[in-house]
Amino acid sequence: MVMFLIRRLGHGILVLWLITVAVFGLFFVAPSNVAQTLAGRQATPETIALIKQRLGLDQPVWKQYLDFIKNALHGNLGYDYYHQVPVTTIIGQALPITVSLALGAAVLWLLLGVFNGVISAVHPRSLADRGLTLFSLFFYSFPSFLLGLLLLYFLYFRLTLAGFTWFPAGGYTGITQGVGSWVQHLLLPWIALALLLAATYTRLTRGAMLDVLGEDYIRTARSKGIRERRVIVRHGLRSALTPVVTQFGIDLGQLIGGVVVIETVFSLPGLGQTAVVAINQQDLPVIIGIVLFASAAVVVANILVDIVYAVLDPRVRLH
Amino acid sequence: MTAALEVIEAPAKAIEGRSPVLLAMRRLRRDKVAMGSLVVIVLIVLMAIFAPVVAAITGHPPNEQYRQIGLTPDGLPRGPNGTFWFGTDDLGRDVLVRIAYGARISLLVGVAATAITVVIGVVLGLAAGFLGGIVDTILARLIDVVLSVPFLLVAIALVSITGPSLSITVLVIGFFSWASVARIVRGQVLSLREREFVEAARSLGAGDTRIMFVDVLPNVLAPVIVYTTLLIPVVIVTQATLSFLGLGLPPPTADWGGMISESQNYYTTAWWFILFPGIALLITTLAFNLFGDGVRDAFDPRADRLR
Repeated sequence: MVMFLIRRLGHGILVLWLITVAVFGLFFVAPSNVAQTLAGRQATPETIALIKQRLGLDQPVWKQYLDFIKNALHGNLGYDYYHQVPVTTIIGQALPITVSLALGAAVLWLLLGVFNGVISAVHPRSLADRGLTLFSLFFYSFPSFLLGLLLLYFLYFRLTLAGFTWFPAGGYTGITQGVGSWVQHLLLPWIALALLLAATYTRLTRGAMLDVLGEDYIRTARSKGIRERRVIVRHGLRSALTPVVTQFGIDLGQLIGGVVVIETVFSLPGLGQTAVVAINQQDLPVIIGIVLFASAAVVVANILVDIVYAVLDPRVRLH
Repeated sequence: MTAALEVIEAPAKAIEGRSPVLLAMRRLRRDKVAMGSLVVIVLIVLMAIFAPVVAAITGHPPNEQYRQIGLTPDGLPRGPNGTFWFGTDDLGRDVLVRIAYGARISLLVGVAATAITVVIGVVLGLAAGFLGGIVDTILARLIDVVLSVPFLLVAIALVSITGPSLSITVLVIGFFSWASVARIVRGQVLSLREREFVEAARSLGAGDTRIMFVDVLPNVLAPVIVYTTLLIPVVIVTQATLSFLGLGLPPPTADWGGMISESQNYYTTAWWFILFPGIALLITTLAFNLFGDGVRDAFDPRADRLR
């Protein structure tokens, strides 16, 4: 187990390092006129040169990269070009928003997906099964921005017009400023994200449950006279959840790295929206910082999934 | 000797040889939902091909701005009417005609980017799984890297650096999507290369390349076909998402994501401006997903048990 963990960690670090090389190469090789933008239109070449020097852009790329790695290993991801704020601070401010969004949505989509999946599996080929499959595929097919805009149109604009100001047009208030307001601001994005992601879980749960319910031990449990509900939940669902847990870890890892579209549509200044703003401003340190953070979230999530998998299913040999 | 050969040949004629792909096609043809979706897909393809005909019927070229008849006196889009069946957009252009032309972009990107993805994914997956050793180690890490990178963020960043264009969109999507295909193929090939038919091919003197592409490749086709049909809608959504975030095709090219993005400021006054491109996009992705779902069921050997 320990050896396995060490190897997995080693792989993770290798992957992250390769990502720094790739990202750094891509963005720094690309032509950038950020110094020009910062200096303004009437800037003299001297001013631009000065700004480049201040940002370290006059150095050769490999030198910039080494400095970046050295600082990164000390927990410093550099400073943004425009206000000299540490990138770690920017990520620290945006992260709680993205985490709130991801975790809240996760609760919803797990409940929705697993519940629908179990119903489908218990009554395969029934009307309920077909209906739920269609329901989940319908929302799975939705482009996220379209679903977000539709929710805004009906549940914000139409409702507000009708005199019910239940939902805001977007924005974020921290949980410290009141749980009610926090939920109010996040409910629509949660619903949007949950509907988009639930389909995968419905399918996974359905498939795994169908397999499990055909097993001998389920028949044994039934013949012992255990109530059907208990057979399904205690005996069936428990072992059917392994693929769901795997998928859940991967999805959550990806979402923690930024939910670009939903954050943009609902004006939530989380990691995704922060990155989009940085991209529009060519704010390289911020872009690289967030890309790295997001990749790290995925790498860590994958390692955690492997561990959880091994704990849940003792048949899995860790090697 | 001759008699023995005849005995072997006789039942071979009686039993029709059916490949897994053929069997799957047969199952697919019986799937009503999948066939219905296929019809919808064909209709969308026809709409894309005959977009100029739509323009001719309405008499409105896709990029023509009808500032007099297409906009209200306040300069707002006009709703659906006899002249503009689906209404007009913020510049007084015909929404219906632009939807027809937008289908071209969605389908073109959907097919082209998926093709690139599948070709790269299959070749690298085959190489990694079959050759093993150092090749596998390097490719496996590369797959890990691509799968760990936040795709949409890097795609936006890349497109914003290079400037938006059709080919960049296709390349970026293809470049970041191949890893999942490669992983699936690699996994399959790892077990396939230990099978007897590979040994048989080798003993007949076949080289690595021949074994990989002639003997092993057909055996991984089923998962690849399933993945490909399900990848097309994902790619179409990704392209629309890039457009929505302002990194689609340069104006005035009509594309669905871009139209929805432009309609955002008008959604309180001009519902048709967002609704019709939105429905077009949703019907397309839904049709591809339902069809893909049918293909998956058709290829799933366990599907028989349930039917």
